[in-house]
Amino acid sequence: MRLQGDGLIDRNRRMTFSFDGRHYTGFDGDTLASALIANDIKVVARSFKYHRPRGIFSAGSEEPNALVTVGRGPGQEPNARATTIELFDGLATYSQNCWPSVDFDLLAINDLASPFLGAGFYYKTFMWPKAFWEKVYEPVIRRAAGLGALSKEAGTARYERAFAFCDLLVIGGGPAGLMAAWTAAQAGADVILADEDRLLGGKLNAETEEVDGQPGAVWAAAMRTRLDEMENVRVMTRTAVVGAYDQGTYGALERLAPDLAARTAAPKACFWRIVAKRSVLATGAIERPVAFQNNDRPGVMMASALRAYVNRWRVSPGQRVAIFANSDAGHRTAADLQAAGVHVAALVDARTDAECALDVPFFAGAQVGNTEGRKGLEAISVMRASGVEKIQADVLAMSGGWNPSVHLSCHMGGQPVWNPELAAFLPAEGAIPGMVYAGAVNGAFSTRACLESGVTAGWKALVELGIERGSIDVPGAENGTYEITPIWTVPGKGRAWLDFQNDVTVKDVKQAAQENFTSVEHMKRYTTQGMAPDQGKNSNIGALAVLADATGRGISETGTTTYRPPFVPVPIAALGAGGQGKGFAPQRFTTSHDAAVGRGAPMIEAGLWYRPSYFPKPGETHWRQSCDREVKMVRDHVGICDVSTLGKIDLQGPDASTFLDMVYTGMMSTLKLGRVRYGLMLREDGHVMDDGTCARLGESQYLVTTTTAAAGQVMRHLDFVHQALCPQMDVRFASVTEQWAQFAVVGPKSRALLEELIGHDLDNDNWPFMGCGPINIGGVEGRLFRISFSGELAYEIAVPARYGASLFEELTKRAEAMEGGLYGMEALNVLRIEKGFITHAEIHGRITAFDIGMQGMMSQRKDFIGKTMAARPGLMDDTREQMVGLRPVGAVKELLAGAHLFDADADAVSENDQGYITSVGFSPNLGHVIGLGFLKQGRARIGEKVRTVEHLNGSSTLCEVIDPVAFDPSGGRMRG
Amino acid sequence: MVELKARTPMAGLLPADVGALSLTELDLRKMTLLAPFQGQEAALSKVMKAKHGMEWPMPNRVTGKAGAKAIWFGRAQALLVGPVPDDSLAKHASLVDQSDAWAVVELRGEGAVDVLARLTPVDVRARVFKRGHTMRTEVAHMMASITRLGEDAFQIMVFRAFGRTLLHEVTNAMEGVASRHGA
Repeated sequence: MRLQGDGLIDRNRRMTFSFDGRHYTGFDGDTLASALIANDIKVVARSFKYHRPRGIFSAGSEEPNALVTVGRGPGQEPNARATTIELFDGLATYSQNCWPSVDFDLLAINDLASPFLGAGFYYKTFMWPKAFWEKVYEPVIRRAAGLGALSKEAGTARYERAFAFCDLLVIGGGPAGLMAAWTAAQAGADVILADEDRLLGGKLNAETEEVDGQPGAVWAAAMRTRLDEMENVRVMTRTAVVGAYDQGTYGALERLAPDLAARTAAPKACFWRIVAKRSVLATGAIERPVAFQNNDRPGVMMASALRAYVNRWRVSPGQRVAIFANSDAGHRTAADLQAAGVHVAALVDARTDAECALDVPFFAGAQVGNTEGRKGLEAISVMRASGVEKIQADVLAMSGGWNPSVHLSCHMGGQPVWNPELAAFLPAEGAIPGMVYAGAVNGAFSTRACLESGVTAGWKALVELGIERGSIDVPGAENGTYEITPIWTVPGKGRAWLDFQNDVTVKDVKQAAQENFTSVEHMKRYTTQGMAPDQGKNSNIGALAVLADATGRGISETGTTTYRPPFVPVPIAALGAGGQGKGFAPQRFTTSHDAAVGRGAPMIEAGLWYRPSYFPKPGETHWRQSCDREVKMVRDHVGICDVSTLGKIDLQGPDASTFLDMVYTGMMSTLKLGRVRYGLMLREDGHVMDDGTCARLGESQYLVTTTTAAAGQVMRHLDFVHQALCPQMDVRFASVTEQWAQFAVVGPKSRALLEELIGHDLDNDNWPFMGCGPINIGGVEGRLFRISFSGELAYEIAVPARYGASLFEELTKRAEAMEGGLYGMEALNVLRIEKGFITHAEIHGRITAFDIGMQGMMSQRKDFIGKTMAARPGLMDDTREQMVGLRPVGAVKELLAGAHLFDADADAVSENDQGYITSVGFSPNLGHVIGLGFLKQGRARIGEKVRTVEHLNGSSTLCEVIDPVAFDPSGGRMRG
Repeated sequence: MVELKARTPMAGLLPADVGALSLTELDLRKMTLLAPFQGQEAALSKVMKAKHGMEWPMPNRVTGKAGAKAIWFGRAQALLVGPVPDDSLAKHASLVDQSDAWAVVELRGEGAVDVLARLTPVDVRARVFKRGHTMRTEVAHMMASITRLGEDAFQIMVFRAFGRTLLHEVTNAMEGVASRHGA
């Protein structure tokens, strides 16, 4: 029910939302949880394993019970905590893990079977028959126990990733964090203050206490205004810092305000990587529950959460509230309730010496031992030395003390330290380089102590940043002491919950200990305590205390499980923001891209580049028709192909020749000006890295080309060789791949085409095979290379990229007038397979020069990278697999790349493996399929029959081993 | 006689405006990569000063002024932007024409820093990355050069072939930033 009074909600802004299809109203400032409480909804979820009804338990991101699904369809978000969902008009939410409904859940039958469903039950029960685990047991268990589900539709919501930098990152905007940020900001430091709440102030927004003579929330709001006005401060609310990483980097998830997120193009959330020179951890503390029988009933909640609901949101989950505490938290809660007009049925204080100044039924030295009710709390049992007394109540507020939120301090391996006076784990000093602690996270439990420690932490950070600090007045505030009698469990026979999210009880932890899972990490995994979305924020310490007791060790000795990022759940969509669709990888387009697409060419990816696979003509219904036509067109007339994607590297310097001799197997220093030579580069391990051409453009200037795929690798290799191996050589290189648009003009009519285009005689005397030089195309300075990857008379013509599209159109037009035209990658591939030219299908990384028959290119007259390693035993061995050609000779005419080779009459098993096929294509010139592959002792086996077997589809083809050069073996056409 | 038509890398793609932010293509005329030969840096700097009015830039810095700048472009490299390099430079350095190799855009407007924060992992806060500062870094998986031109203006360069991806990534970030601003 909604109470009178202001709170921090705007009663003028009413909002309609739905839960499980029914509509309710709330106010701006509400969370889903506070709005549900205002509408008297008690059961909001079903528990993980037993499907017990559950109600709202906390008021923050630690919520274990009230997990709901927000929205339906592609943007559906499961396991959202009702306590952190901001209410907005039209918010649609749904309960989860129940069937048919949260109020009437048939799977609650699990609760009756609970004696059989304790920790580890499925490890022991579902062992036989073996095959049943995967097929029957696991799917059934997963259906019965679980959380919300995704819609399985592709998400449409937008997410962002971003980077931020600062001198000081303050994590948590409570009194300590506010003062730390204020202190550093006043001194001029660049400050980021992040808090997961929409408001700064932390607990001040939930309590009735004063700071600096004003209500705490008012003081916090004023501080925020002052910080917002400062240029060197960035306040990031709705931002949960989720992880601490190396070198001062922090991960943070920012959820945008609902009204912002609803805008066009606005992201739902942004995942920040914040790099901070120093940080202040001021994450406060989380109140811990007490384990007693049936402490999970709807209506049982944390005392601090109840105060937050009453004070901040002006709602009460019930009309008769009982309180159970072991510190002054109980008294504070009772006072707030009374002030708000809510009836306090009992104040149970576990401390025997406690006194009470309030007019409420008071039970000192007593404990709550059990609860009653069905879907909501109806009564509690108060246990005293004198006996058990039943008290009617519809809400029980409990407090077992405070667990500092040390999580982030542990993300780099730090272990929190047990403080027996506070009965709490505190963060270890120096656990995160550059991080200091302030406020409740460090055991400062009064508001005044928090404010003071915030200033101290700010000062400490300033000293380390080398920034002069000013003087800061610490505002006056409550400065009480924290007197606590630790109480973890209340004795009793029934189930007493430790971990509400995973349905783990005291009995389960004791059983784990009994079965020798005595390490806290083993206990966690055996019982599942502390797993899933809440990561045991309010159960870890309680569970380890029970384990400590069960194993006869101290809490300190037992230790905590490992805290790992993220602190709160982070959608994968936020971590990978921008990575879907076009954002997956950059696209690299040639200058002829639009023209190719305009002609209907399907584009294929080559690295990041997009290249046309073929250019379909009207009437062609299959790519093979286009490919065959293009191959014949090139061999008979002339074809044009964009080859700009091949890597081009400009080398200059007095030692350019010497350097090239070092990186190529062959001799490049003897290359004449205006000539091109084919070259092979090896890796340091002696295997082939790449092949390409090297053109001498000047006395000390060369142009090296690489394959499309290895352009980056070759550039990196050259850099490495220069910087690490040959730093004395005076040579400089630069990628010019993007500077030049380059087109292959290929076929018997290529010479005529180009002569007309550039008005220059290109006969063999003027422009011989493997010649190169500058040309002029209508006033544009270009380059012409007479090189061939097809075995035809061929040229490559290059112009500055701005003219690429224009030249491509010009070449196409001219080729088409000569019965020629464009050809794509498919035809290019067939042309080179016919000639036995290699690509990275052949030089795939395990291949030596010897394997491809190029051992003769490894110069004897000089050293080069990879020479020594290529001479290792076994790398030049006749028994190695060597490159051969293959053609089918049996009834089956199909060849498949990837197929393995076997002797014609041998079984197709790996012991008999003789090699494999790397490339295949249908040769319209030869009239059959041809392939390239590697065969043991292949060069000596030309003419033999082998069988190819493709095990994936079972195809098998009888082949003849042929020379890799299947077309025009003399090379006459190329030199023509 | 054939006449080839020139086309800029971002032709037909820009300008693009999103809210208060604009993205336009810059024509830097001539771009030449300078890489001094061994021990020639000082000599090169002298010739540059004499012929083009700027010195050899230190790492992450730009020298010169609008129309003739030298942008640090990586280890022992700078990009001479604007003038056709004087022949005398070639004695001290390798000169490689890159005029057609890069797509060059200007991101301008309030929130430009926030747009870059969504594109690149380096610190571009005004107190760290000032006017005349430059860097080689990554922009959405692409090798890039970023230079601050003014309070709310940056020059971004990527390989010419990446032009469309640059447009996609930058406008995407611009939309995200713009959506947070205003009413």
